[in-house]
Amino acid sequence: MSRSDHHLGPLVDLGRERPQVPARARNMSPIVPRGSIAGSALVAVVAIMTFLASITTGTVLLVSASAAEWQSEVASEITVQVRPAPGRDIDRDAAAVAEAVRAQSGVVDIRPFTKEESAKLLEPWLGSGLSLDELPVPRVIVARVQPGATVDLEALRRRVTQAAPSASVDDHRAWIERMRSMTGATVIAGIAILVLVIIATIISVSFATRGAMAANRPIVEVLHFVGAGDRYIANRFLRHFLRLGLEGGVIGGGIAMLVFGFSESIAGWFSGTPVGDQFAALLGTFSLRPSGYLALAAQAVLIAAITAWASRRTLFKTLNEID
Amino acid sequence: MVRFENVGLRYGLGPEILRDLNFLIPAHSFQFLTGPSGAGKTSLLKLLFLSLRPTRGLVNLFGHDVSLLGKDEIADLRKRIGIVLQDFRLLDHMTTYENVALPFRVMGREESSYRKEVIDLLKWVGLGERMDALPPILSGGEKQRAAIARAVISRPHLLLADEPTGNVDPTLGRRLLRLFIELNRSGTAVVIATHDMTLMDQYDARRLVLHEGRLHIYE
Repeated sequence: MSRSDHHLGPLVDLGRERPQVPARARNMSPIVPRGSIAGSALVAVVAIMTFLASITTGTVLLVSASAAEWQSEVASEITVQVRPAPGRDIDRDAAAVAEAVRAQSGVVDIRPFTKEESAKLLEPWLGSGLSLDELPVPRVIVARVQPGATVDLEALRRRVTQAAPSASVDDHRAWIERMRSMTGATVIAGIAILVLVIIATIISVSFATRGAMAANRPIVEVLHFVGAGDRYIANRFLRHFLRLGLEGGVIGGGIAMLVFGFSESIAGWFSGTPVGDQFAALLGTFSLRPSGYLALAAQAVLIAAITAWASRRTLFKTLNEID
Repeated sequence: MVRFENVGLRYGLGPEILRDLNFLIPAHSFQFLTGPSGAGKTSLLKLLFLSLRPTRGLVNLFGHDVSLLGKDEIADLRKRIGIVLQDFRLLDHMTTYENVALPFRVMGREESSYRKEVIDLLKWVGLGERMDALPPILSGGEKQRAAIARAVISRPHLLLADEPTGNVDPTLGRRLLRLFIELNRSGTAVVIATHDMTLMDQYDARRLVLHEGRLHIYE
């Protein structure tokens, strides 16, 4: 809105003083110098926050996927136990129960465990070379249910107890409920950690922005003198914070992806050890699906965007205080 | 262009340092603002630049009652005002050329449209050889000339200058005065705060004299 827009003549006439060689001066410096913003500390904070958020999300995804696999496997099986009872032949009882289970509609396959197989199941607790004749060990019959079919458990229980009064039927419902609540708790804990990480990121970025604004107050004042509005000034700072947020997000998210990428090999080093077996039982193969990596990348971008938003909010608040 | 009616200013709960100011600054006018040190010249310039609000009275700038203006409107009005402060306020990380070109940059203009004008003005104020120098290595006089060049480069409607020749030799002082006169001839209203009688004697202009918080006008 200055009058130089109105095609006035030159303000000064240099006459013979006009330089013969054109000057090399150009606008090269950014209005807000990059070095004036404590960038490395903020990048580190955002990287750490993104890493923690990614590890949390990745773990929640692994647990959820493994739990879903477990549930579908367990839900497709029914276990029948035949306990030894005085005056009864357990082999005959087991065979009768197996026939009763096979006849139940919805059951596609049964697998009665033999004496030797039952001994193998007990080996970790009782050691090898076990003689089952000396112990009242129950027999197990595993029935595989047709996917999508509903088995009438009451009818199955009646048949089984008719065949052997000491037999019991377990459809693992209690287990599945426990798994479901454990997975739900893991997801809720993951979301809570993510919310905390995001809040911590917003607070850190707000402090960093305030610090940068305080360090650059003379620049802000001069920009006000030459007629720059708050939006113009905020944008000069914002591009720095957006870049720092992206750098932090890429570093933190990238390291987390590498961790998940290598976790399969790391899990391999521990296989055969009690710790490795427990992890494998809980988390399956320990490898993230491609959709999981996409989720981590989206999360890194989200954290960079949150950094930019928190910075913008603080910038306008601080600019209001400066004038 | 500028109208003050019964304007008073105090800092906090202190005494009123400017009292009952009533004056007009017409478009295309030239005036010296003078008075003893501590008379309130800088405060009056800050009122004119909208970086201070009066504690009472009416300030009307370019047809706007400044008490009703929001931040964005003040920023827009400031684009029509050039100011030279005693502490220069140059950006240390920018070269002399970049400091002087800053108002155009903030306006969002292409560098090619103003580059020649900036270079010519820097030559005129004697900074042709210092265009790529950073302010920390400029002398006081050089900083002052860079600050003046930045204030006049966009040909503001109103130029406010606080002791603009305080750090330069008499020859350069005359040259800078010629720049202000030239700017005034091209349509800018100029207010120069100074207590340099030699400078004021070189150009017959209206004088606004501040004394004990009150303003006396000598046409």
